[in-house]
Amino acid sequence: MKHTLVVLVENKPGVLTHVSGLISRRNFNIESINAGYTEEADMSRITIEVDADDEYELEQVVNQLSKLIDVIKIIDLTGKDRVHRDLALIKVKASPENRAEIINLAEIFRAHIVDVNKETMIIELTGEDVKIDAICELLDDYGIIEIVRTGKIAICRGPKAAKDV
Amino acid sequence: MKMTGAQAIIECLKKEDVQVVFGYPGGSVLTLYDALYMSEFPHVLPRHEQGAIHAADGYARATGKVGVCMATSGPGATNLITGIATAYMDSVPLVLITGQVAVPFLGRDSFQEADIRGITTPITKHNYLVRDVRDLPKTVKEAFHIARTGRPGPVLIDIPKNIFAEEIDFAYPAEVNLRGYTPISEGDSRTMDAVFDELKFAQKPLFFVGGGLNLSDTSEIMRKIVAYTGVPTVSSLMGLGCILSNDPRFFGMIGMHGTYAGNMSTTETDLLIGIGVRFDDRVTGRLDQFASNAKIVHFDIDPAEINKNVRANIRVIGDLRWTLEKFYQKLQEKPAQEWQDQFKPWLEKLSGWKKEKPLMYKKDTDEILPQPVIEKICEITEGNAVIVTDVGQNQMWTAQFYGFKHPRSLLTSGGLGTMGYGLPASMGAQVGKPNKKVICICGDGGFMMNCQELMTIADLNLSVKVMILNNRSLGMVAQWQREFYNSHYAHSCMRTKADFVQIAKAMGVPAVRLDKKEEIEAVLKKAIFSEGPFLVDIRIPEEEDVLPMVPTGAGLNQMILGG
Ligand SMILES: Cc1ncc(C[n+]2csc(CCOP(=O)(O)OP(=O)(O)O)c2C)c(N)n1
Repeated sequence: MKHTLVVLVENKPGVLTHVSGLISRRNFNIESINAGYTEEADMSRITIEVDADDEYELEQVVNQLSKLIDVIKIIDLTGKDRVHRDLALIKVKASPENRAEIINLAEIFRAHIVDVNKETMIIELTGEDVKIDAICELLDDYGIIEIVRTGKIAICRGPKAAKDV
Repeated sequence: MKMTGAQAIIECLKKEDVQVVFGYPGGSVLTLYDALYMSEFPHVLPRHEQGAIHAADGYARATGKVGVCMATSGPGATNLITGIATAYMDSVPLVLITGQVAVPFLGRDSFQEADIRGITTPITKHNYLVRDVRDLPKTVKEAFHIARTGRPGPVLIDIPKNIFAEEIDFAYPAEVNLRGYTPISEGDSRTMDAVFDELKFAQKPLFFVGGGLNLSDTSEIMRKIVAYTGVPTVSSLMGLGCILSNDPRFFGMIGMHGTYAGNMSTTETDLLIGIGVRFDDRVTGRLDQFASNAKIVHFDIDPAEINKNVRANIRVIGDLRWTLEKFYQKLQEKPAQEWQDQFKPWLEKLSGWKKEKPLMYKKDTDEILPQPVIEKICEITEGNAVIVTDVGQNQMWTAQFYGFKHPRSLLTSGGLGTMGYGLPASMGAQVGKPNKKVICICGDGGFMMNCQELMTIADLNLSVKVMILNNRSLGMVAQWQREFYNSHYAHSCMRTKADFVQIAKAMGVPAVRLDKKEEIEAVLKKAIFSEGPFLVDIRIPEEEDVLPMVPTGAGLNQMILGG
């Protein structure tokens, strides 16, 4: 089962390597990992999507990560009321004939066209991963040249910050 | 007070009550070494950085203090790796100070540059690269705090050359403030009630003690618990010495080379209480058959140890100094006699197993067997020596046949199984415990891996007694080849024209060869009671096995017995 973990860490050089290195050497299965700044200057936030066989494996991931000195807190957002998003930029073949179709499609998905030229378009889409998967499947018919995705980030609904949960 | 980075480090060491450092100089630490010189700070110079770190490790294990080791950048630092991994696996508190190329040279493959932070990330509890001299005191303070608190471990501080020379206004922080590091000391007393309830209904409980007791110096309270309840007790390699080896409730080591009674008891127990153990695969054998009839209780300071290998029904997280004390209090709600009556039939069963199949060896032989040699060493030292082993058969025979009486009296590389550990670690142990008899028991293979330290031992006139169990082979490897590879002795023979006695003498250590059975006692006594270092080259047969043995992949009750 997939779990979304929020890992709050000290904003120091090398911390992301520490975290990702630990995960790989402990032989855990990572789907995506994502790091960025937060509302606090000295804290970064890493979102990890991990595929755990059972609760014991998940517990190990959390407990092993917790041992890192620079890890401040880990919160499992799985099952919590949350918003999660992935950002994708998709470069697709777009001849003058099917350009309108693609724009239509993008609109249905509430995606933005962020670049157009004679042969291609770049579509920007944020959303849950299933939504991005869906548009990619449809765009495949026109010929996808390149996809770049950020991987999942997530945040809890409600008044509290993850660090206070 | 104004001082250089190098002087600041020495001030920090003094504040941390460090008595001695083990280290090896080089270009990037010259400023630091100059400061050591000027302050006359005690320093041991080994003959190899691996010797320095194993010595610091032996010092830490023997004394319970943090071992400190220094090395230069690049090759100096990388020579520490095996020692760092060794300490990490056995949770030994160390602070390692490595030099690094100057900040402007970082990342350019400069002369003697190695990314030691990157290299040691998986094998340190934490590590630092100091880029600003003003961070030095705080970093050293944190490093010692992290190394010695919670589950101990090695912490590395990498310091660029220029930082040693830059000046700061020195002030040592009074406190450490790490929001990501709050080691658990006190646990939850309700868990003690749960353990109590389980024990009340158990017929065949078993205490399984490990290195955590040695690290936390809690053997005494554990001995009280064993005596009070009469629960049979077994140990991991790292837990030896915590319980008196001739305690009638103690059944020795379990695992691959564990005792018959010990291993059988894990198969039959209905309540296994692991205390400061990590259920290493050398201990459990086949996991699905390990204590498969038992509920499992796990006492540990590190929550990540719980359910890592063996699933626990009850977890008792916290410092053993707290949890064992609480557990003992709780146990007193029931009188000692009642506990002991409850477990008497079970204890008798184990005692029966022990009597039926004790650890054995051939008695009617003219050869010098390693097992009685170790028994003799135990007899001569009255079980009071600090025993440091190397890795291989010598290590297992020592674990089996030296009757340990005291905690911190067996220093051995358990988790990593590092050959070459014994000699330098015994050197460190003797530096830390000058009034103790320190005996290094090693194989001929492992001895050679760091034999250069004989020279250091001689120079410092350390009273280390080196006992080489010389079987002219990499004994443990040969044993496996005998058992599992049709006696194909692929590169495990070490027949050599060289002579350990002469090697020792050349390095300044008196030595003799022991090859006559009737001389065992006299030679061992001479070695052990002599002043200063001594080496004995003990000629044992080539094909002696360590038994019992549980083959890999088998359950603990599927032992190859011997004798
Ligand atoms: C550094 C290192 N290299 C290799 C091994 C694998 N190994 C384990 S035991 C052993 C043989 C040890 O031989 P020796 O030191 O002569 O001791 P004996 O087993 O004969 O007592 C070897 C090679 C190891 N544990 N450590």
